[in-house]
Amino acid sequence: MAWTREEMAKRAALEIRNGYYVNLGIGIPTLVANFIPNDVDVTLQSENGMLGMGPFPFEGEADADLINAGKQTITELDRTSYFSSADSFAMIRGGHIDLSILGAMQVSEQGDLANWMIPGKMIKGMGGAMDLVAGVKKVVVLMDHNARDGGIKFLKNCTLPLTGVKVVDMIISDLGVFVIENGTATLTELASNVTINNVKEKTGANFKVDENLLFL
Amino acid sequence: MSKVYKDATAALDGILSDGMTLMVGGFGLCGIPENLIAALRDSDIKNITAISNNAGVDDFGLGLLLQTRQIIKMISSYVGENKEFERQYLSKELELEFNPQGTLAERVRAGGAGIPGFYTKTGVGTLIAEGKEHKVFNGETYIMETGLKADVSLIRAWKADKEGNLIFRKTAQNFNPTMATAGKITVVEVEEILENGELDPDHIHTPGIFVQRIIVSRDLEKRIEQLTTRPKEAV
Repeated sequence: MAWTREEMAKRAALEIRNGYYVNLGIGIPTLVANFIPNDVDVTLQSENGMLGMGPFPFEGEADADLINAGKQTITELDRTSYFSSADSFAMIRGGHIDLSILGAMQVSEQGDLANWMIPGKMIKGMGGAMDLVAGVKKVVVLMDHNARDGGIKFLKNCTLPLTGVKVVDMIISDLGVFVIENGTATLTELASNVTINNVKEKTGANFKVDENLLFL
Repeated sequence: MSKVYKDATAALDGILSDGMTLMVGGFGLCGIPENLIAALRDSDIKNITAISNNAGVDDFGLGLLLQTRQIIKMISSYVGENKEFERQYLSKELELEFNPQGTLAERVRAGGAGIPGFYTKTGVGTLIAEGKEHKVFNGETYIMETGLKADVSLIRAWKADKEGNLIFRKTAQNFNPTMATAGKITVVEVEEILENGELDPDHIHTPGIFVQRIIVSRDLEKRIEQLTTRPKEAV
């Protein structure tokens, strides 16, 4: 059984360490916030200009001046600070954020990432993704292993325009976990009842299998 | 000389021209200068190059100026919420220059600070880097980006005093303070104008030197794009 979105988010939450400053992307990465253990002290950054992001507001208490990067209404915490977009990206580009978890359309075995445009179709724009992958210390991609039509997403080389070159450190998909180091991808964990052959059939990238592969 | 104007139309009088470059603050619909955008739509100014992180939605924010075809070029990082934008872009009525959000913010910051160019790692090896100068620092490759300036910056703040010192509120700050520095003329709309001395000088986000004209917003809608809430827990 492949992992559900919740199980993927839960696995990604294990990458968050005590004291980390973390930026979560839109989509499945947003779910990760729900699975951060209570004893892990983490500060969430929202690139529109906020550190210390709180949960969604109670009904009737939403504030139009308080949104996250996905334009959703949110709340502040005791530790919260607000700042300009320029300061926000000084944090991101200056290497002050510990971890970025974001979605992808394609990832290559070298860790190239494509997630901002499909030529010929509408291009929505990269937003802060190029800055995040260039500047954040660790970049984790959280994505379905294959596209809805079964298309391969983890490839030898990306075919879509890139967001960054050799920037992805880890992929968490519904089939398992890959670590990418020095241009080489290694399968380190498998979702329950998924076999290495299942993964190979659904992957275009070359990858090694970790000798201590975990079956989860 | 007073910086306070009676309304948005008065505040824009004499500073608009066809083909001008405009910066507009805001992130999505949060912290956008609603009154100033509406007054611009009601003007007959055309061929605007607009520098703004987003393009609004179909019927609000900069979407209003796309409906009237007053914008011919946008410099933005994300425009995914606007169908009319998509239509005009695909039919080549509208020119678009995508900038990574941090590059856009830094280009504005640099422009306002008199810095003509800078190097960044963001976008190296992507379409964004094509045609740009590459330079290696300490073994890593960077690309050169240029500073941006505008003829006029339109921004929104929370409070101003009559000198034009500004305070922003929560995430409505976003691009506003930086764009205030990069406009040859910066016009701000605020929820409240106070007498000089009523704002704590230690709490000013934007010093008044960056602000030339001030109005009080009327009938601010403050539209929310994605209302997300949770139910009140039973006590």
